[in-house]
Amino acid sequence: MNVDGRSLLKKLTRRNEFYVFLVLLALCLLIEIRSGQFFSPNNLVDIASAMIVPGLFAIGAFLVIISGGIDVSFPALASLTMYATTKMLLDANYQGGATLPIAIALVIGALLGAFNGLFIGYFKLPTLIVTLGTSSVFKGLMQGALNSKQLTIIPPGMRKWGTTALFIARNPVSGLTSRMYITLIAFLVVLALVFVMLRFTMFGRGIYAIGGSEVSAHRAGFNVIRTKVIMYVLVGMIASLAGIIRASMMQQAHPTNMLGMEMNIIAGVVLGGTAITGGRGTLTGCMLGTLLIVIVENSMILLGIPTSWRSVFTGVLIIVGTGVSAYQMIVMNRTKRVRRPKKGVKA
Amino acid sequence: MAEILLKAQSISKSFVGVQALKDVSFSIKRGEIHCLAGENGSGKSTLIKVISGVYTPDSGHIEFDGHQYSKITPIEAINHGIQVIYQDFSIFPNLTVMENLALNTELAANRRFANWKRIRQIAEEALSKINVKINLDAYVGSLTVAEKQIIAISRALMFNTKLIIMDEPTTALTKKEVRNLFSIILQLKERGIATLFVSHKLNEVFEISENFTILRSGELVATGSTKDLDDRKFSYYMTGRTFEPRRFIPTDITPKPIFEADRVGIPGSFSDVSFSLHGGQIIGITGLLDSGRTELALSMFGMKPIKEGEYRVHGKAVAVKSPKDAIEHQIGYVPEDRLSEGLFLSQPIGDNIVITELDTLTKRFGVVDQKKRGDEVTRWVKNLAIATPNPDNACQTLSGGNQQRVVLAKWLANNPRVLILNGPTVGVDIGSKHDIHTILQELAKEGMGIIIITDDLPEVVENCSEILVMKSGKIVATLAAEEADEQKILSYML
Repeated sequence: MNVDGRSLLKKLTRRNEFYVFLVLLALCLLIEIRSGQFFSPNNLVDIASAMIVPGLFAIGAFLVIISGGIDVSFPALASLTMYATTKMLLDANYQGGATLPIAIALVIGALLGAFNGLFIGYFKLPTLIVTLGTSSVFKGLMQGALNSKQLTIIPPGMRKWGTTALFIARNPVSGLTSRMYITLIAFLVVLALVFVMLRFTMFGRGIYAIGGSEVSAHRAGFNVIRTKVIMYVLVGMIASLAGIIRASMMQQAHPTNMLGMEMNIIAGVVLGGTAITGGRGTLTGCMLGTLLIVIVENSMILLGIPTSWRSVFTGVLIIVGTGVSAYQMIVMNRTKRVRRPKKGVKA
Repeated sequence: MAEILLKAQSISKSFVGVQALKDVSFSIKRGEIHCLAGENGSGKSTLIKVISGVYTPDSGHIEFDGHQYSKITPIEAINHGIQVIYQDFSIFPNLTVMENLALNTELAANRRFANWKRIRQIAEEALSKINVKINLDAYVGSLTVAEKQIIAISRALMFNTKLIIMDEPTTALTKKEVRNLFSIILQLKERGIATLFVSHKLNEVFEISENFTILRSGELVATGSTKDLDDRKFSYYMTGRTFEPRRFIPTDITPKPIFEADRVGIPGSFSDVSFSLHGGQIIGITGLLDSGRTELALSMFGMKPIKEGEYRVHGKAVAVKSPKDAIEHQIGYVPEDRLSEGLFLSQPIGDNIVITELDTLTKRFGVVDQKKRGDEVTRWVKNLAIATPNPDNACQTLSGGNQQRVVLAKWLANNPRVLILNGPTVGVDIGSKHDIHTILQELAKEGMGIIIITDDLPEVVENCSEILVMKSGKIVATLAAEEADEQKILSYML
């Protein structure tokens, strides 16, 4: 079992992440050749900043898809949490730091996530139906109970947290500058924690196991219901964190600004090689797929393509990207079929 | 070794008024290989579930390893050393071999963190228990059925197991894989682990088991040593019927062939295959799995169009390039894997029957004539004795034998002149198998030309008037029914 260069390449070419990476690289090079601006420090920093909120959403969506479900409620959940937290603190004239807003958001997010988890785990309802429903409920609560309208002022602690720069990148040619915000750290911490959880805890392996076969997971001794409920709580917390970061970075609480993001986020996750049927996929692929979508959404302008064409490109990318992996599956199944008969005689 | 390991005493269990088990008693000794047989719905699965603690019996009790229980939970059963290998193996296709082997052990030890070094060790230990080698880093979904089964078995052995229950373990295995499985079971026996082997395949019962228990409609009909069992007794115990072994002798053969193959071939699969089928005849095509027999069957139905030679229907050359062409030439095909190729399992039985003849059941604007459809469904359910309370039920509610009848009905409804059946009785129990053979023989008597493609040799000998043996893509022998016996066919096949 010597892993030489060739078999390593073979191994790589079998992985979806590899192709996503190639496409990503090709796109970056194309933009660089056309504009000469892609690898400029400020553009890279801009992309990293633009990645924070979608990246967090993608982590949550990824967890749900791995477990065999699909969650469309996270933008509504994030909006509701973000709005409720901001409004509550404004009403109380809160002047402190960012810790309390984040804590409040996490608690609300956990509760709303538990709400999803309750229906999905205990009542075994299909995740798409449940989250379509809760998505509507969350939006309704925000608009009805909280009477949402755009809040142009947010508590100073949030604003400070959302605008503090880690460092500032300057484009040597144009002199344009971009700030790398400290909220990036929050994203990276969540990413690292989820990576460790999925890889090195039985809880994380349980999510994969449930996505592979719920019956087998149950028979093996996983507590399927508990795993699901805890997972949805975590997903709720991650989405709320994204919500509060979004408000902090925009320095305003816009109730509908995040709604509708779910499709592109899920597309990014699937583009990264995560099986929509559950059980298969890596966080690396998920991040690459999301990055691809983020770059397409942010860098078309550098190619000289009007931003109004953005959604067309995103759409094509999704179809081609998922098409390639679907085609790979077909080819794999076909070769399997041809190979199988050689094993002998059917009894 | 004469010590009793498991004793089931007067087990009864009913579900909402249906008596699934009636007063069943049997016992297994330490290290014994015991076969539990019975047709679909005879109560085999219920009995397994009672032993493994999934169900609590209404009355009676289980004695295992010297302790008596009237109630046991699945976890307790595992702790006492009872392991069940389910038909789906309870595996995770999306995870690696390593993880599949180790997860149960890790969970039983209440681990919170996944230590990959330890997981690898556990996996290696598990596989070493039955001396097999499987790439630990491969995904289980990419393995063969036999390999998946080995994983399930070696995983089960990690728990100080005294009794392994295998639910129809040979259904999807090749002959060679069945051999391997049997040698594993014998290895386990040497270590004092008993095996309860669920099967309805006669040859397996004789080959591997020392003792047997046969259930029928929830009742124990026979239990004892396999030595005292023979074919006829076995069939009788299983079905309550006696079957006369009789060979099909065609009557009224049409003077001219209705379907001919003239040196047909697909490069890489088969070549130079010629035969002619007359109305009233049943031809058997047999061979090993890689002999090209399946490809030949698919080519006759247009799913894999031929590249060389020609097919003739009523003496005229026809191009069979798609199933639609085949249907137009009144060729019907009953596929090998009825679950994936022949049926819409979640759809009503009735819809499955009429799907090939929808064209003839429509009124204007393509609206289906519901009355005509209903009549047609009733006719076939009755003709083929499909056992269902309601043809609007989903197909998956039927047993294997009845599902096969639905597939038959579907093609018969289309009035084929030529009917091709690929493994018509794979996975079907004895009684239904017999019924299907009777139906086929009657169809032939009515003038249909039938081609059976199968490696079930008794089936070929019993039903076919002409037998073509394929090997490596060529026909190596054409035998008339009178001169054919299983040994002779086998000698050409191998």
